[in-house]
Amino acid sequence: MSLLRWLLPWDFSVTVLTCCLTFVLLYARGVHRSRQSGTAAPARWRQSLFYLGMLLIYIPLQTRYDYFAQHMFWMHRLQHFLLHDFASLMVALAFPWPVLGAGLPSRWHAPLRRLWQSAPLRATYAILTQPLIAFTLFVGLIYLWLWPSVHFRAMLSLREYKCMNWSVAVDGLLFWSLILDPRSKAEGAAMHLGPRIFLALLTMVPETIIGAYLSLHQGVVYTVYAVCGRLWPVDAVTDQQLGGLIVWIPASMMCSFAALIVLRRWMYHDELVRSRGRVVATVAGGAATRPFPAVARTAAALPAAAAAVTGTALDLPALAGEP
Amino acid sequence: MRAPARLLALLLACAVGSAGCSSQAPAGTYHAADISSIMPALSFHLIGPGGQPITEQFVRGKTTILYFGYTHCPDECPTTLARLSAALRMLGPAANQIRVLFVSVDPQRDSPPVLAQYAHYFAPQVEGASGTDAQLTALTKRYRVAYRRDPPDAHGDYAVYHSSAVFVFDADGRARLLVPDTENPTQLAQDLSTLSAG
Repeated sequence: MSLLRWLLPWDFSVTVLTCCLTFVLLYARGVHRSRQSGTAAPARWRQSLFYLGMLLIYIPLQTRYDYFAQHMFWMHRLQHFLLHDFASLMVALAFPWPVLGAGLPSRWHAPLRRLWQSAPLRATYAILTQPLIAFTLFVGLIYLWLWPSVHFRAMLSLREYKCMNWSVAVDGLLFWSLILDPRSKAEGAAMHLGPRIFLALLTMVPETIIGAYLSLHQGVVYTVYAVCGRLWPVDAVTDQQLGGLIVWIPASMMCSFAALIVLRRWMYHDELVRSRGRVVATVAGGAATRPFPAVARTAAALPAAAAAVTGTALDLPALAGEP
Repeated sequence: MRAPARLLALLLACAVGSAGCSSQAPAGTYHAADISSIMPALSFHLIGPGGQPITEQFVRGKTTILYFGYTHCPDECPTTLARLSAALRMLGPAANQIRVLFVSVDPQRDSPPVLAQYAHYFAPQVEGASGTDAQLTALTKRYRVAYRRDPPDAHGDYAVYHSSAVFVFDADGRARLLVPDTENPTQLAQDLSTLSAG
């Protein structure tokens, strides 16, 4: 019962409920359908990541947690850490997009593909995945919503508050999907692996700066929590410092975590290219395809890398052109 | 080529969108924060003086100051109510067009007679009201403020946490100002007369 209390809406929002339910149901249907049709369903760890990620997006947006986040600065920062850095990274790492597509009714596939390939959507995608824009959006949103006057309004206006939470959740998904895309650039990913590592590490710098500032600053920057009332008698500066620490350490940690995953992928990518070179040199012709399942099996020990290997294995024709 | 034009249009739309998202209200002539465009109009269901149910109609036609607290409050509530009544006294007869709605978040201890006595101790324009927990939750949720009561101790005493927000609504019930606790009675009186003049 008490668990249910934590999952039931506090400030009921049809949009949040519909979006989360649609994603989860489509995903479940996609998994079911790929099992039925004999194509490989996503690995269990990937499915768990997706469901857990969606739950951790739903809870801060819709449940009683939101009430706490409205009245304690550090809980508000924890909410944004979940939406912007943690849960969205989990969902992006699960790479649910093909499964979600498979979950859609078959007759929608062709029109949706046409829509996706239409010029405005391609242009939007190209803009949003442009590294500098993706970086500016990701970091800019943290700075924008933490700007004292903007923050003051956002905490008072229900419309701006919703706009704030939605923007960080959606942008988190976009950014981490860009960084953790299991496909190679040749297969349609927006960026090469190297620049992705650089981008993930670069976001740590502004996050550390604002996190450190809030953790070490002795004056009250955000007065709105005193006005609207805190839930516990916590000192305003302590509340602010705790919030700053959340921006500083866990948020930056997620950036290095993502960078490590991509680095791991990059190493496997190189290994594959090397091993392929060796195989091509020693075994002639058609036999060259045989060693790959073995490599994939070894790589499966590290789940994140497995995705990369699957990606790279599909990328062979493109790689063949490289020296 | 139509693509670059589309790109540009999209970028512009994004810029306008984000500006709309975070735009500041034009700097008014108030000492208090202008909340005209960001907070909803006055609306509530409470238990008013004499134990009668009241709605926003109770204060319609008057500039209304909404403040949450409780009569056992040791410091903040009496200080704030004293500040508000000092501002009302400065306004003289114009203060008759103003009501202070003191909403107690401690209905167990603050019965209508207790509240009425407490409220009128500060100024005749101060009205006490309270309500069921559901009514109080609905109202505090609407104005995005917190309140909480701790469980009672062995002596039956308990702590109550509430916001320090002072909201001002105009005679039509529209949200207008959020008065910070640093604003002195003179500044508040100026704000209230500017509001009724505009």
